[in-house]
Amino acid sequence: MSEHGTEQGLVEGSGGAPDRFTNPGLPPHVPRSADLDERAARRAERQVATLFSVSMLATVVFLVAYFAIDQKTYQFIPGIGLASLSNIVLGVSLGVSLLCIGLGAVHWAKTLMPDTEVIEDRHPQRSSDEARQDAVETIVAGGSASQLGRRPLIKYTLGGALGLFAIPLLVQLTGSLGPLPKADLSTTFWRRGMRLMRDPEMTPIKLSDVTLGSVFHVMPEGIDKSPHVLEEKAKAAVILISLPPDAIQVPKESAWGVDGIVAYSKICTHVGCPVGLYEHRTHHLLCPCHQSTFDVTRDAEVIFGPAHRPLPQLKITVDADGYLIAAAPFLQPVGPSYWERG
Amino acid sequence: MSPQSTPKGAEGLRADDLTLEEVAASKSRGGGLAGWLDDRTSAAKPTSYLLKKVFPDHWSFMLGEIAMFSLIILLVTGTFLTFWFVPSSGKVIYNGSYVPLKGIPMSEAFKSTVDISFDVRGGLIMRQIHHWSALLFTVSITVHMFRVFFTGAFRKPREINWVIGTILSLLAINEGFTGYSLPDDLLSGTGIRAAEGFIQSVPVLGSYMAFFLFGGAFPGEAIIPRLFTVHVLLLPAVIIGLFTAHIVLVAVHKHTQYPGPGKTNENVIGYPFMPVYMAKAGGFFFIVFGITTLMAALVTINPIWLYGPYDPSPVTAGSQPDWYMGFADGALRLFPGFFEFNIFGHTLSLNVFIPSLIVMPLLYSIAGAYPFIESWVTGDKREHHLLDRPRNAPTRTGLGVMAISFYLILFLAAGNDLIAIKLGLSINDITQTFRILLLVIPPLAYWVTKRICMSLQRRDHDLVLHGRESGRVVRTAEGSFFEVHEPLPEHQRWALVQHETLTPLKLTATVDAQGVRRKSTRRERLRAKVSSFYFADGVQTVSPAELAAAHHDGSAREALETEQDSGAPHLSAEEWVGQLHGGADERPETDAYASHEDGTEGGPTSPS
Repeated sequence: MSEHGTEQGLVEGSGGAPDRFTNPGLPPHVPRSADLDERAARRAERQVATLFSVSMLATVVFLVAYFAIDQKTYQFIPGIGLASLSNIVLGVSLGVSLLCIGLGAVHWAKTLMPDTEVIEDRHPQRSSDEARQDAVETIVAGGSASQLGRRPLIKYTLGGALGLFAIPLLVQLTGSLGPLPKADLSTTFWRRGMRLMRDPEMTPIKLSDVTLGSVFHVMPEGIDKSPHVLEEKAKAAVILISLPPDAIQVPKESAWGVDGIVAYSKICTHVGCPVGLYEHRTHHLLCPCHQSTFDVTRDAEVIFGPAHRPLPQLKITVDADGYLIAAAPFLQPVGPSYWERG
Repeated sequence: MSPQSTPKGAEGLRADDLTLEEVAASKSRGGGLAGWLDDRTSAAKPTSYLLKKVFPDHWSFMLGEIAMFSLIILLVTGTFLTFWFVPSSGKVIYNGSYVPLKGIPMSEAFKSTVDISFDVRGGLIMRQIHHWSALLFTVSITVHMFRVFFTGAFRKPREINWVIGTILSLLAINEGFTGYSLPDDLLSGTGIRAAEGFIQSVPVLGSYMAFFLFGGAFPGEAIIPRLFTVHVLLLPAVIIGLFTAHIVLVAVHKHTQYPGPGKTNENVIGYPFMPVYMAKAGGFFFIVFGITTLMAALVTINPIWLYGPYDPSPVTAGSQPDWYMGFADGALRLFPGFFEFNIFGHTLSLNVFIPSLIVMPLLYSIAGAYPFIESWVTGDKREHHLLDRPRNAPTRTGLGVMAISFYLILFLAAGNDLIAIKLGLSINDITQTFRILLLVIPPLAYWVTKRICMSLQRRDHDLVLHGRESGRVVRTAEGSFFEVHEPLPEHQRWALVQHETLTPLKLTATVDAQGVRRKSTRRERLRAKVSSFYFADGVQTVSPAELAAAHHDGSAREALETEQDSGAPHLSAEEWVGQLHGGADERPETDAYASHEDGTEGGPTSPS
């Protein structure tokens, strides 16, 4: 490969003229008005000083406002709306005090500090050959002085010790961070006979309450008494939808529901967001995170978006008192996919 | 030292200052705090070296400074926030001063964030400065990265610093994600929920990794404190370490500079740190801090009290991550679901795994590897301290714009629901369109950008050869009209002619002198192909001979050039002819537009 290296580069010239233009060097320095005119310099000085003074003033405003303005004062400000007065006054005064220091310093540098360009030479990054040689020799000499190469017993035991010492740290970390998943991902709080409860009111739902076209966000009965409420809710959330019975196109879906009322897991099979948006006209459920769309009339099959699997259906029925209950727990894992899901 | 002593302005004032010898004499006693320090640290030499260090001036060099200053602002405001923030998932009932949330159960993390916003004096402004400067940090890193890429500042000897910068950029967006997840509000909790889904999708190990990370089932009580440690300790430590290395390498390499008169690969021209850059950069820190603070005062960001505490069951429509996670979220939205497979009783969820956990490291790895790819293609082993003008590296610029367009489409796809709502369009159509655009736009962007760069190069070429249009129209003795073109002054011309024309590598004979086939020719053929992809249609840089030829392409020009060069102000009508390179009927072979396509333009000096 290396022989190609030299082919890259300048275009070869001919005809007596040089191949390249020569660098004309720095253009002549043009002094600024403040460099030559004392009045301009004084003006610049005053401008810088004014900016620094405004900064000091703004700091005073901040201190006064910090003590004077109550946290709970709200003020209507055109263009912003109702806003915390304290936040706005503190923020603006702090901002102005900082900004004016900055503007003053930059203005000072641009008008009064020298603007003659300075030339500094560069040197190649590469060290000299002697320095490189010296480094190599030091390493080689040190290596052989340690006799590592000639004492294999030390070499292999050291390698073993260094190779092993990290293992306890890894074991501690992986062994103690969390429990094994076991069946946790494949089971939910739902049990046969649990009532469907409105979320978040936690009141049971009577079959007669479910009018055609209505939608309920549902949790299993007793989930609020669970020791791990959020963890259980993250798996057990269900959406209950009342469809016109003839709209349902899958016999299993009708069989698992009650008179066109069907219950589906609300946890998206993509990455687990709650599938909260129901479109009444089309009977589509839409996940607001990544727009996976599920058709409720076809057993919550994915009709669009990045999810692959349909939402699992919860088999429901009606108890003796006319309340909706689960006829069985979820028969497949809810939520996002994972390797052991099968 | 009195300002009255000289009427000559700042220049005179500076002339009045003590000379270095006088300063040295006055301080030679070696006393004072500085002397005390130097006695113990020998700091005098490095101090004067650093204070004299020269930095070149250009607005685009401030982009990296914005990132550096935002980092400092983040450290300051972040430290403030830790004094009141409680990184705990412990359940409490809110009873603070924000009425709509009263009586609602929530985590301590959420409650303390609401308290910072409403009950800690000046707490809201600190929170908002912190969040705004996090956005500014990631924006400025990204744009700084663009600047470094398009000007070729990543070339030798700066490849290591490019890699460090790439890692810093990746760490910065993850630092941002861990930060905005801490308040445990509904929006960020939904983000963590999705992140848990990402981790579950890892083949074989996914559910174990998720349970280890979350300390059990999602959400658990472990994730907020763990994210807190990562956000305030682990990532900042790594970021500060790499940032320090980044800055030290900038100092070691000395800053790159744009080409211009006087600037060479062996020098750096600019202003010394003391006093000019101390004032300019120091002042700029206050400007960045001030503007961030004004934004924080006037524009609400992340009003978590409106989102409410996290609950796995509800969700807000239009959930979006902060901007820098947008491209990953967009990838997740565009990746079709049929990439989930069932193999041997196991679920392989590539529809989640690839966009969420592969795309980001992959894109960053390609970015990090680019300097090494380009140096392999060019075979260029020299150090480069003079920046390229983007147009002078059309293929690189095209590739860069291609990458940006790819990124931007993913970014826009993360807002497909908002676009659908605002424009009243079908979300399905928009998503499908983005899927197609993601494959179509980047190559198109590459091609268009490359052509634009080459056009700009030809314009430069033309400008050097034929000069500026002066607006003066002259009638010749024959009765034809021409506009007079004025040659570029030397200092202006230099920026247009200083760069090299790169030509593709050519394959040497595949058979050596003894008639034996050489090895590894396939690798070299590939290299020659890529090199030709990069440089085959390059536009030649104007050489002096070419310029001379352009001036001499008419019969009556010889005498005229001399006259013009000597600065003769008035030329007779006949003599104008020699300067009329822009004339309508004057299209010699050396004209910039005449024969670029076959590469034979450029007069006698051009290689054929």
